Amino acid sequence: MESFWAWFRWLHDATGINLTIFYDSFDRSRFARGFVMTVELSAVCIVLSVLIGIVGAWLQGSRLRLTRHVIYWYIQFFRNTPPLVQLYFFYFGVGSLLTATGVSGSPVPMVSNVTWAIVSLSFFAGAFNVEIFRSGIEAVPGATIEAAESLGFSRLRTYLLIVLPLAFRISMPALNNNLVNLVKTTTLAYAIAVPELLYVSSQIWSDELNVPEMMNALLISYFTLVGFLVYAMHRWERAIRVPGFGV
Amino acid sequence: MTATPAVDAEPIVVIDDVHKSFGNVEVLKGVSLSVPKGGVVCIIGPSGSGKSTLLRCINGLVPIDQGSIRVASFDVHQLKTDQEKIALRKEVSIVFQQYNLFPHKTALENVMMAPVHVLKEDREEVRERAVALLRKVGLSAKADVYPGELSGGQQQRVAIARSLAMRPEVMLFDEVTAALDPETVKDVLNTIRELALEGMTCMIVTHEMRFARELADVVYFTDGGVIVESGPPAELFDRPVKERTRAFLSQIL
Repeated sequence: MESFWAWFRWLHDATGINLTIFYDSFDRSRFARGFVMTVELSAVCIVLSVLIGIVGAWLQGSRLRLTRHVIYWYIQFFRNTPPLVQLYFFYFGVGSLLTATGVSGSPVPMVSNVTWAIVSLSFFAGAFNVEIFRSGIEAVPGATIEAAESLGFSRLRTYLLIVLPLAFRISMPALNNNLVNLVKTTTLAYAIAVPELLYVSSQIWSDELNVPEMMNALLISYFTLVGFLVYAMHRWERAIRVPGFGV
Repeated sequence: MTATPAVDAEPIVVIDDVHKSFGNVEVLKGVSLSVPKGGVVCIIGPSGSGKSTLLRCINGLVPIDQGSIRVASFDVHQLKTDQEKIALRKEVSIVFQQYNLFPHKTALENVMMAPVHVLKEDREEVRERAVALLRKVGLSAKADVYPGELSGGQQQRVAIARSLAMRPEVMLFDEVTAALDPETVKDVLNTIRELALEGMTCMIVTHEMRFARELADVVYFTDGGVIVESGPPAELFDRPVKERTRAFLSQIL
């Protein structure tokens, strides 16, 4: 392994291509931590946004008008505003209201920037997921739902056992797109100093002045990360495919 | 189980003066009929005469505007909560023209789902019963196959098994052979015939006149949301009283 790292030092000396993230252990570890942060941020936001999508789509069909209105305005808010503005809104707007008094007597935030990034990005992607699942739900034939109803399934059970599994399969391609976007959007957390991949990279290029190298490293990192996600989602899509069901 | 239903048995379905409108269109204009326990009635008539709506009303899928429907101990027109409707649907099961199986579940799972999730019965017991029901409808070999891989007639027989798994008192059949090719129609009708002979109370909306004639205790001819004429098949088919019935039968037979 040491010789592998050393090769990059040689590469630098020989060609001027300065990939400190390989031969410098300090840069290597902060780049790695940034990568892990991006993966964690993506994973948590994917799970939360899918849950928001499922619950939101269920509530959209609620009998209560108020519930439907809340979901409607939630979607409007998050779809019609830029995700960076949302992030600022949560971190600087809402975050400055949620403060406690620290030991020194000055206010300290109750919610960390990482948490705000998770909240903001999950709600952002979740709003789209609600719409994606809704289109999937609407594609489930009414007759299939009627059959479930006629067998005595309650509304909730029909949703969980019949509608959702079918809607999920129908929604899969659109969901893939949105989740890919979500992973890429985690870079915005840079703006509120979440130490994710883009943020640590900018620190590294500021220290090492190796901007072109880090830009390439970033591109390749995200390409690999998203590529892996797309591969996993396709595998999953194939695994849950139902013979004779038209999607 | 007796092979011949007692005609004078206690009625299990009593429908009295049922009205139903969709928007401005009155689909049922005062329908009354009753079915004794173990009886088999067939409802015939042109499309749009309200036959399917009537079956859906009996099952509580469509609320009625006026009149009353009583099934076993349930006053269907007064059921309000989901729990009450669910209780009714354990007694009355409906089989649809388009089968409406759950496409993401195998044939066996389709049959097992309602007893496991609605009746909360033991999964292993239900499995045994489901296997037996699939055997009964002649589809043992297809237990692990998805609906999309079955023919229409096979799907319809799975749908019948799925309904039977709830052990209902009354089975409603809504033009269950209308979407099938002539050859597979036979298999489905045989399945229904077997059920009827075992003493299951059946209400059958159908265009299969020979089947109705053979199986029904009473045949109802509906048109324009009312029952035009009813009687034992031999009378209704051979000596219809009303002009409208004669016109309809002459086109079909």
